[in-house]
Amino acid sequence: MITRSYRHPLNSSRLEPGEPLLEVSDIRLRFGGITALDEVSLTVRQGTVHAVIGPNGAGKSSLLNCISGLYRPQDGTIVVHTPAGAHDLTRKKPHRIARLGVARSFQNIELFRHLTVLENLMLGRHIHMRNRLTRSLVWFGPARRQEIAHRELVEEVIDLLQIQSVRHKPVGALAYGFQKRVELGRALCMQPALLLLDEPMAGMNAEEKEDMARFVLDAHELAGVTAVLIEHDMNVVMDISDRVSVLDFGRLIADGAPEQVSNDPDVAKAYLGEEVRA
Amino acid sequence: MAATSTGIHHRSYASELALRHTSAEKFRLVLVVLAVLAVPFVVSPYWLTIANQIGIAVIGAVGLNILVGYTGQISLGQGGFLAVGAYSSAILHVRGDLPIPLSILLATLTTAVIGAFFGIPALRLKGLYLAIATLASQEIILFAVRNWDAVTGGRDAISIPRMELGRFVFRQDFHWYWVILPIAVLAVVSARNLFRTGLGRSFMAVRDHDIAASAMGVDVTRTKVLAFAVSSGFAGLAGALTAHYTGIVTWERFTLEESILYLAIIIVGGLGSIAGTVYGAIFMITLPALITRVGQDMQGTLPGIAEKLPAVQVVVFGLVIVLFLIFEPRGLARIWQRLKDYVRFWPFRY
Repeated sequence: MITRSYRHPLNSSRLEPGEPLLEVSDIRLRFGGITALDEVSLTVRQGTVHAVIGPNGAGKSSLLNCISGLYRPQDGTIVVHTPAGAHDLTRKKPHRIARLGVARSFQNIELFRHLTVLENLMLGRHIHMRNRLTRSLVWFGPARRQEIAHRELVEEVIDLLQIQSVRHKPVGALAYGFQKRVELGRALCMQPALLLLDEPMAGMNAEEKEDMARFVLDAHELAGVTAVLIEHDMNVVMDISDRVSVLDFGRLIADGAPEQVSNDPDVAKAYLGEEVRA
Repeated sequence: MAATSTGIHHRSYASELALRHTSAEKFRLVLVVLAVLAVPFVVSPYWLTIANQIGIAVIGAVGLNILVGYTGQISLGQGGFLAVGAYSSAILHVRGDLPIPLSILLATLTTAVIGAFFGIPALRLKGLYLAIATLASQEIILFAVRNWDAVTGGRDAISIPRMELGRFVFRQDFHWYWVILPIAVLAVVSARNLFRTGLGRSFMAVRDHDIAASAMGVDVTRTKVLAFAVSSGFAGLAGALTAHYTGIVTWERFTLEESILYLAIIIVGGLGSIAGTVYGAIFMITLPALITRVGQDMQGTLPGIAEKLPAVQVVVFGLVIVLFLIFEPRGLARIWQRLKDYVRFWPFRY
């Protein structure tokens, strides 16, 4: 239910729902002798919540790190579609990829510990700000106007995530659940075209998970943000995602609608193991 | 904005972004301004010299804090950058015949460029490794200064004619006070401004988490190089002012000891605090002067103390840093903050 109208759209992708937004094709990532990702291909469509699941060490986080440019796959392409055209991300630096509207959160909270919640969220606005040294040193004029202008969107995200009370607290001092929310908020402040969430509900109790799932759905439904979600909790995945991709030992073993994937024998095998035949 | 007994309530983002909110804060600022304006009229010439040295140290230390405290890049090269500023301004003025304000400005920019160059190792190195690399830049710069006879005059000092404005000659500390003070204030205020804008935040983001910063779209490479440039620019300005204020430039003034003094200033003052940098500069420049003064006064009762003074100064210098690291790593800025809170909450503990 919409309880308040938001003036700023949080989704910056202008594609029609259902169009391919991100296309990962045959990527292969090796660390020495270990193959973390082996010919993985998947397509994320505009307007969906796309879950990536799999047992520990299956390569889920590696996949996200490849998309956001922290890892460079040896083979394959990762293409993100914007109205301006298609961009291959595999040879781009992370900050260039962020400028294309790919925002992310991290598995182990990676916030700017010494900064306040507000400053962390304002850093989410970095790609939309024009920073000039002389203007910053002077403050009065363009720099101040810019701070105020971006503050409005940040406050909407603060409202959306219900973190008003901790706005001015340094994030290092916040409780775990709040930190996770701030991390989601920082990514939302980028007005992303694509939101990558690496286990946003890890280490939470049922109630906190419920809240977090609500926030992800709010971002998705109210703001129309396309999200790629890594998650271990199968109930959450089945509840909130439109499409599920399953990785096991770096290979894509299933890809489809949630109910289809949950009945897949390969998936059951990956999660539960195989019966030993004598 | 309304400041009531329930707290400070802002009605606009603009008022929240202001640096001073309550009338008490503004009143305190007025007191500080009055005190600073009164200094040259009440203190002795000896302490006025110290005040001028503090002013210059504030500029250089603010620069170093931008780099170390805010961007998290350790630097032992501040002395070298001060030397670049001092020598370039002196050379531009004496040999290039440029007016002093222009040569100071150009020296500031030159030092910023050279600082950016010496910041390149920071793209690969962190922490202690970077400290060693910047130590190398300190030594390289001083080596160049000592041996590049054609430009720097080698080991000989460059003497600079006194600054003149029309027929007015800036001869005394009293005159220089009014030159150094506004520049120092400008340096402090602009640094404070930097860290309430997006650019300054990107510096702090690189300090706290460079990978997350790059995922937010911060160009880490560019940010680090820019931080080195800005920091060195402040150092260059401080160096150039030193050159014209003392009227003489020698390499001996800019050794590693100077770099360490600046590092001590920002540690004692508070890493990542502009106000703390000012407190730190006042503290670390006044302390040795105070020891000297006390030593001279005790000459009558304790004969022979004068020749032991340098040793006492070194010991106290080391002791102060160690004590701060143990008891208040966040420096004088934090102590001042606690003091204010104590007064505010009195008679309650918290």
